[in-house]
Amino acid sequence: MSTRQSLEDQTQSFSPQSLSGKGTPLRDRIFMWALFLALAVGVFTLAVLLIYVTVKGWPRLDLRLITNMPSVRDPENAGAQSALTGSIWVIAFTALIALPMGIMAALYLEEFARPNSKFQRFIEVNIQNLAAVPSIVYGILGLAVFARALALGQSVITASMTLALLVLPVIIISTREALRAVPRSIRDGSLALGATEWQTAYRQTLPAAIPGIATGTILALSRAIGEAAPLLLLGAVSFITFNPDGVLSNYTTMPIQIFNWTKESREEFQILAAATIVLLLVILLAMNFIAIWIRNRTQKRW
Amino acid sequence: MSTINPDVTALTAAANSLRRSKPHYGERVIRGLLLLAAVVSVLTTFGIVISLLIPSIEFFTEIPMGDFLFGTTWTPLFMNGEFGVLPLVSGTLVITGIAIIVAIPLGLGSAIYLSEYASLRVRKVLKPTLEVLAGIPTVVFGFFALEFLTQLILVKIFPGIEVFNALSAGIIMGIMIIPTIASLSEDAMAAVPSGLRDGAYALGSTKRQTAMKVVIPAALSGIVAAFVLGISRAIGETMIVTIAAGLQPQLTLNPLQGMQTMTSYIAAAGSGDLATGSIEYKSIFAVGLLLFILTFVMNVFSIRLVRRFRQVYQ
Repeated sequence: MSTRQSLEDQTQSFSPQSLSGKGTPLRDRIFMWALFLALAVGVFTLAVLLIYVTVKGWPRLDLRLITNMPSVRDPENAGAQSALTGSIWVIAFTALIALPMGIMAALYLEEFARPNSKFQRFIEVNIQNLAAVPSIVYGILGLAVFARALALGQSVITASMTLALLVLPVIIISTREALRAVPRSIRDGSLALGATEWQTAYRQTLPAAIPGIATGTILALSRAIGEAAPLLLLGAVSFITFNPDGVLSNYTTMPIQIFNWTKESREEFQILAAATIVLLLVILLAMNFIAIWIRNRTQKRW
Repeated sequence: MSTINPDVTALTAAANSLRRSKPHYGERVIRGLLLLAAVVSVLTTFGIVISLLIPSIEFFTEIPMGDFLFGTTWTPLFMNGEFGVLPLVSGTLVITGIAIIVAIPLGLGSAIYLSEYASLRVRKVLKPTLEVLAGIPTVVFGFFALEFLTQLILVKIFPGIEVFNALSAGIIMGIMIIPTIASLSEDAMAAVPSGLRDGAYALGSTKRQTAMKVVIPAALSGIVAAFVLGISRAIGETMIVTIAAGLQPQLTLNPLQGMQTMTSYIAAAGSGDLATGSIEYKSIFAVGLLLFILTFVMNVFSIRLVRRFRQVYQ
């Protein structure tokens, strides 16, 4: 009887409540808020930056920005047309060069190379490393090889080739990921029906991976549009008041135009720089939205 | 015997019919083309090394390497200019140092919050927002550092600050590399098996103790790789320093002064129209080579760390 009594006492004292703690300790709560604050600093800075450039550039955010050419004497009416068209020219040819090359390289590495062979791993490490090489170093490469050795000078095509090499690693890496997401069974089915390896890759694997490739490529190209450092070495800083008319034409781009205006001391130019920044950011934002839209719309569940 | 033979012939016949009927030469050509595209990346590395090395070697025949590496005066545009790279290296290190002080706590804190604390809904909003930060062109950050941070904020805190200073460039550069550090560290923490966390909770650990004493040590090599990659990006960053930190090479540790870094020297000298054979032209490549070697060593180290980390948990 007495043993049973004591047993009941024990079960009573061992209530679920005694297992729960005294709430989250203060130190833990402070820790969590510190972490949140760390994250908030980044987000807050982003917000301040966006608001600052919009407010500062607001007086000049009108059509003149697109219809007028840069001018040293007349900042009130100067625009960034040559920079906008220059950016479009440079990016178009960058895409034209980097896209086929990147997709082909990714196809080889993912579909044709022997997996985990020494050669494949060598190329892989090489691509990873290239992705982290400072962009100004690509500028040096472009200056020495394309501009001077191949004598292409300070032209659109020099800039495009240099930027193409710069974004190539990013395109290859994202294309490989897209190809890897296509299930093995698609390939096996195609091969079992008698298709060759290339037919399988070209007609089955590649089409299935296109949404992923498109997303990765757009993001890579949006990085190239904002890139300024390598172009400083490739002649884009010169004062250009005309639109490019061919691949060998001189050019300037939006980031470079922003850089040039930032260097001017008069306030009108700073406002102009801010307005051009807003234009550039809107273009980048649009590209990002398209990329996300493609990804969400065509997301396939295998 | 006679019963087995027909079987064997039938089998070989079947195997033969499975083999491709005619050689596909086109297939081989395509394969070769694809291989060629993959080799372009190797050629790029090769091209970078060669185009840096040749002018650098010519540079070092005129300027002794010791004078370059240990000289404390950098005046390439003077008559009989001196080519001591230390002021550029110190400028790079000071600005990178400031960037790290900003980026490592903020980046790692963000990563821990996103990986261990944030609810799925919060994560879905905050993570892409942080990644937008990584997509802002660096020239925009440079403009922001000079026009906003220096001229509206820092002048009020440090009245003696120069218009072009290392502090603003360093702080903004730190903000810029937060996403790099945060997303790589978070990947590393996400890869830590949840069994380790559950074990810690079962032993009575709080969330903080679990994060600090279990998850971070388990993800350490991935986190270190993220730091190294972030530092390497800071060293190689050009536009922010070119715009906000000024272009005077000086050997100083005072972050309120202007400084020139290796990258901003290359940008400034390279954007002028230098004659191909001149010593100033070659100096771009010598500084570029030093920059490339520095970042290359850090990148390879970081890639190795990530690879080793992946092997542990997969």
